[in-house]
Amino acid sequence: MSATMNSVLFGWYPYLCLTVFLLGSLLRFDREQYTWKTGSSQLLRRRQLRWGSNLFHVGILLIFAGHCVGLLTPIWVFDALGIGHGFKQGLAIVVGGVAGIVCFVGISLLAHRRLLDPRIRATSSFGDTAILLILWLQLVLGLSTIVVSLGHMDGHEMVKFMNWAQGILTLQPLAAAYVADVHPIFKAHLLLGMTIFLVFPFTRLVHVWSAPVWYLARPGYQVVRTRFADRRPVGMPRPVYPKRQPAE
Amino acid sequence: MSHFLDRLTFFRKNVDSFSDGHGVVTNEDRSWEEGYRKRWQHDKIVRSTHGVNCTGSCSWKIYVKGGIVTWETQQTDYPRTRPDLPNHEPRGCSRGASYSWYLYSGARVKYPMIRGRLLKLWRAARAVLPPVAAWASIASDETKRKSYTSIRGHGGFVRVTWDEAYEIIAAANAHTVKAHGPDRVIGFSPIPAMSMVSYAAGSRYLSLLGGVCMSFYDWYCDLPPASPQTWGEQTDVPESADWYNAGFLILWGSNVPQTRTPDAHFYTEVRYKGTKSAVVSPDYAEATKFADIWLNPKQGTDAALALAMGHVILREYYLDRQVPYFEDYARRYTDMPFLVRLTERDGRFVPERLLRASELPGGLGETNNTEWKTVAIDEVTGDLVAPLGSVGYRWGESAKWNLEEKDGQGRDVRLKLTLAGEGAEIAAVDFPYFGQRATEHFVATEHGEILTRNVPVRSLELADGTVIKVATAGDLLMANYGLDRGFGGENVASSYDDDVPFTPAWAERVTGVKRDATITVAREFATNAEKTNGRSMIIIGAGMNHWYHMDMGYRGVINLLVFCGAIGQSGGGWSHYVGQEKLRPQTGWTPLAFALDWSRPPRHQNSTSFFYAHTDQWRYETLTAAEIISPTAPEGDWNQSLIDYNVRAERMGWLPSAPQLRQNPLDIARLAEAAGLSPKDYVAKGLKSGEVELSCHDPDDPANWPRNMFVWRSNLLGSSGKGHEYFLKHLLGTTHGVMGKDLGDEGAVLNKEVVWHDEAPQGKLDLLVTLDFRMSTTCVYSDIVLPTATWYEKNDLNTSDMHPFIHPLSAAVDPAWEARSDWDIYKGLARVFSEVAPEVLGVETDVVLTPIQHDTPGEIAQPFDVVDWKRGEAEPIPGLTMPAVAAVTRDYPNLYARFTALGPLMSEIGNGGKGISWKTQHEVDALAALNGVQPSGPAKGLPKIETDIDATEVILMLAPETNGEVAVKAWEALSKATGREHVHLALPKEDEKIRFRDIQAQPRKIISSPTWSGIESETVCYNACYTNVHELIPWRTLTGRQQLYQDHLWMRAFGEGFVTWKPPVDLKTVPVVKGTKPNGNKEIVLNFITPHQKWGIHSTYTDNLLMLTLNRGGPVVWISETDAKSAEIVDNDWVEVFNANGALTARAVVSQRIKPGMMLMYHAQEKIVNTPGSEMTGHRGGIHNSVTRTVLKPTHMIGGYAQQSYGFNYYGTVGSNRDEFIVVRKMSHVDWLEGPAKDFAPREAAE
Repeated sequence: MSATMNSVLFGWYPYLCLTVFLLGSLLRFDREQYTWKTGSSQLLRRRQLRWGSNLFHVGILLIFAGHCVGLLTPIWVFDALGIGHGFKQGLAIVVGGVAGIVCFVGISLLAHRRLLDPRIRATSSFGDTAILLILWLQLVLGLSTIVVSLGHMDGHEMVKFMNWAQGILTLQPLAAAYVADVHPIFKAHLLLGMTIFLVFPFTRLVHVWSAPVWYLARPGYQVVRTRFADRRPVGMPRPVYPKRQPAE
Repeated sequence: MSHFLDRLTFFRKNVDSFSDGHGVVTNEDRSWEEGYRKRWQHDKIVRSTHGVNCTGSCSWKIYVKGGIVTWETQQTDYPRTRPDLPNHEPRGCSRGASYSWYLYSGARVKYPMIRGRLLKLWRAARAVLPPVAAWASIASDETKRKSYTSIRGHGGFVRVTWDEAYEIIAAANAHTVKAHGPDRVIGFSPIPAMSMVSYAAGSRYLSLLGGVCMSFYDWYCDLPPASPQTWGEQTDVPESADWYNAGFLILWGSNVPQTRTPDAHFYTEVRYKGTKSAVVSPDYAEATKFADIWLNPKQGTDAALALAMGHVILREYYLDRQVPYFEDYARRYTDMPFLVRLTERDGRFVPERLLRASELPGGLGETNNTEWKTVAIDEVTGDLVAPLGSVGYRWGESAKWNLEEKDGQGRDVRLKLTLAGEGAEIAAVDFPYFGQRATEHFVATEHGEILTRNVPVRSLELADGTVIKVATAGDLLMANYGLDRGFGGENVASSYDDDVPFTPAWAERVTGVKRDATITVAREFATNAEKTNGRSMIIIGAGMNHWYHMDMGYRGVINLLVFCGAIGQSGGGWSHYVGQEKLRPQTGWTPLAFALDWSRPPRHQNSTSFFYAHTDQWRYETLTAAEIISPTAPEGDWNQSLIDYNVRAERMGWLPSAPQLRQNPLDIARLAEAAGLSPKDYVAKGLKSGEVELSCHDPDDPANWPRNMFVWRSNLLGSSGKGHEYFLKHLLGTTHGVMGKDLGDEGAVLNKEVVWHDEAPQGKLDLLVTLDFRMSTTCVYSDIVLPTATWYEKNDLNTSDMHPFIHPLSAAVDPAWEARSDWDIYKGLARVFSEVAPEVLGVETDVVLTPIQHDTPGEIAQPFDVVDWKRGEAEPIPGLTMPAVAAVTRDYPNLYARFTALGPLMSEIGNGGKGISWKTQHEVDALAALNGVQPSGPAKGLPKIETDIDATEVILMLAPETNGEVAVKAWEALSKATGREHVHLALPKEDEKIRFRDIQAQPRKIISSPTWSGIESETVCYNACYTNVHELIPWRTLTGRQQLYQDHLWMRAFGEGFVTWKPPVDLKTVPVVKGTKPNGNKEIVLNFITPHQKWGIHSTYTDNLLMLTLNRGGPVVWISETDAKSAEIVDNDWVEVFNANGALTARAVVSQRIKPGMMLMYHAQEKIVNTPGSEMTGHRGGIHNSVTRTVLKPTHMIGGYAQQSYGFNYYGTVGSNRDEFIVVRKMSHVDWLEGPAKDFAPREAAE
């Protein structure tokens, strides 16, 4: 791959993807509220969904968390904590591998269900099916990087990806150079990963934004949405309603 | 402003807490809730209904939101009934509830569409020629014409503007009128009651043009000829609320919950009241679950069952014991006391016609119409008398046409029912029996062709000195039912177990119904009537009426009701519900619809005979008169082809013709003037000399083809067109599935009156124009499709026979896309026609031929034998021995001015209907004040009819049913004929005038009118023949009574003087195709039955996705488990159904509900949805009518004979279709015929 191409794909393309990802999500949230949904097909068929969806989500959340921590934590933090690169890579392979297999089983069930159940297939949009297949492919690519990674267990390759990811996020102009010489399978994985960000706002993936994680830490057992909030600043006492007068 | 920014409120989100912090109050954005809140919000609700010939006429709320119709729900604000009766509402069903889907669906016709090739031809011609000449250049060039007619039904539509579409149609009409005659412009639209103004729009245009309005009730085979035969009444029935007054209710071939859904609750409610119910249905229909007892006769054998029940009732309530109520009823309200002449044949006797006063010395003291005054014996004096009420008293004198027990000289009489008694003479009388003619699919019994029975008779000396024998119709009737009365002789039964026609034991063999069940139902039915004075009712559906010999089943049932005195009594009677036939404000509507305000008479045609001739179904006729003629027929040449019978009926003035004459009727007047004769004399003379010819003698000659056709409010080709494939082949000239050979190829041409062409024409129509809101099968085959307003987009009127309310259709929204209301479409066409016509037409004299009409003085035209002027048996005298001839002025350049104004004849002549007339000046003045008058032009000063609402006001103002003042006038007019006071029926409502806005506010109950035989009252429900029985108004028949004996020569010739059992006929359409094209699967033969369905109303809704979802998403046929097994068919298999007439494809529903031997295909499932190709024809599978063919019955052609005289939709040939058998087999290859269509005709002509 030429340096220019490398620079386009890994230096510029990430910004395109991130821009579309953020701006697209924002616009869709503001303009198309009724399309902001998971598009569940549970109503059409429950079978395969309990296992498929749960395995998939557990797996992918673990993988997602692993990627965030692994790629975005500055290297000096690991160094300060005394975590060696080799160890970190080993941990990534084991945890990521297990999560990946869990996720793979789940997504395969989901894909089977979506493609072969005639009712689900008929009601699926192109995007529904496409994103599922893209995720499946991305997962396969991710799992196959383990094979490559096993060839260099010292973790230096992994550092390249950390540098690249952090370089992109910190707007370093030459970040693409970090991944110029990595194994093609990694490049494919990176490219497809960025593409997922690119198509994200156009698919059901937007539900990720609305995952009700805050609910876990809600302060009360019952949440009531007031209709009068706008008129009552924080801390003001509750309105006192006049008592109904008995009819004369 | 931004949902996103609004969500950035983390620190302001929680505004309060409660319950010690266990609950929190947040101020999150709640605007999303509006989406749910607004889901059921709407801007307005408008009252409308569905104009769909379901008889429902249900009031609906139409919801509009943002200019879009969103949904509909049932209205619940009907006027209350009365304290002891359930209310009508809520009315409606799932079909109506799904209607709003159509408005914005893919099925909607959105723009005027035209066949692309035709448009190219038109534009090329129009570039160099004026409009009419341009059309003439296309229509007269066979290559050009064929280039678009031969691809009908194969796509190729393009959009066109309204102006261009109007110009093409107007030019085609003008050319046709000029070149061939206005009677070559045909219009088919059914059931005015479902949207009266829409119907009237097209029929008014056609009537001003001189075009032909086609009948529908007879064509649909919903007209039961037994009703006009018995009562002189097209059809009149109790409203559904009257079911609640019944004490014993039989449902005979009617599937109330499925096909009368909004009324079914009365049936449920009356059962809670304790009424017993029997259901007669060959299959386990939905209604059957309501039954206390289910009788399941073999399909098509209902007449046999009814005869057996009649046998039981006569035996137990007339002979073994006399019920005073029944006897009195029979004496006063039936023809049973009247004397029938007997002719001697081979030492025995055959019943002939009813004796008339003219034959007796001195005419029994009568001088007026003595040939039409029937004769009975006075019980007290023993004298022969001519009782009041017979048709002879109706015309030419006044105040004597009533059912008082008097004779013409005012003497009291008490008619003698039977001649039996001391000293009675007994004679052997022959009755025909047809039961041995049954085909292999039905049970043939071995009884003789002639059953001779002993009857008490009397000898009489006539005025001319001859001595004849007579018997009462009642005595003959008893003998006809095979009852042993102790007169000796053969063919009579004293026990129900005797195998003699028509005992319960005999019926058990024929129908399969156990004799005990027959006896039980008959006995309970009659006992209930005896105890309640006639509250026994039979609800009957078209199921029975669609057999070739429907008259027998129907007359069998009617007789049961008459025997029990149930006709004309609340809670009793004959409830024949088939279509939305009751156009309640009929007499107000007729002038608008047929332009009687400008010219009379209009051109009407009975569709069955028309389509039989012009789709060339007659060329394939397999039934011969020899197969149906009676063994007791009088001498004569009866074995003629059925079309020859029809032609004779046309030329004798019995049935109408269209086109009428081979010559252009616009030329006749000119020729008459040149010859110095009146048009009437010229036509009579010309017909005799052969100078003028009737078109019916050569329907295949291009001079006699129908040329232009309009179809609106109808799906003629996708629903009602019996012999669908013949329509496609001969009328349209496109791809078809006819597999049988015509009589020429078979060497079986029998017709002598009609010219046979070896080569049958294909494509008679130059132009087929359809108006519809959805792309129906008919639209697909049309040349021009005009987008019309839906039932939520126009203003109109709607009534039903099921309840007495008049409903509006209202424009909830404007017509979507480029659609226009039917009124606006025809008005626009009239405008353009008036602009285009002067190219070839000016003010013209049109010579119109009309058959002898019922309810006019002319109906007493041919009292005795049938005389045919063509055979030299009489002179052709218009209105007497041949059709009446009238000259009518047509002002073609001012057609538009006439269309939009109420013409002068309403003031000059007045209005009327059913034989009475009254002045309407006051109503015309009121309309002028209400609608305004035309300010200028040829219609200056006449009331305006510009909008659809103007048109509704014309109807409402002129009709006695909606204008109390007119009702009073109408009853007064009737009093002149009857000599009795009737006006009390309307007087309390004299000041009531119902307007369009009134019925938009709430459906209104109509006012009692002499147009109908029931009354609107606070004490009884509407019930047919109520005024005949309670006001002593005669039935409009020969005797003025209920006519159980039909004495016309042709009735006797075909063995239908009395009701009898006639097995279904053999149409021979199976052997010619069975096994000819094997596909490896088994073929079995079944009877093809086509009832009304659950998922649609005729073809409407059968392309509606909401309704398709509830069934199997496309055409289905139902077969029994037994038949399915023998044909190796499993549920949901694709099957092909075919016979010589064509083929259809459908999925099979295998059900234990179906009786073995029959296939049930709910009629009118559109072939435009989910229909694969046929393995037999190679074309797409057809509709249910692809395997049917129309067959005429000569007895339905009778005319000029009191109640058997022609009336539009009143009498005439009917399109029966249930005697048909088909082959069914599993398909081996389901081919969807996708891909580009093959080219069917050279394209060059169009290029």
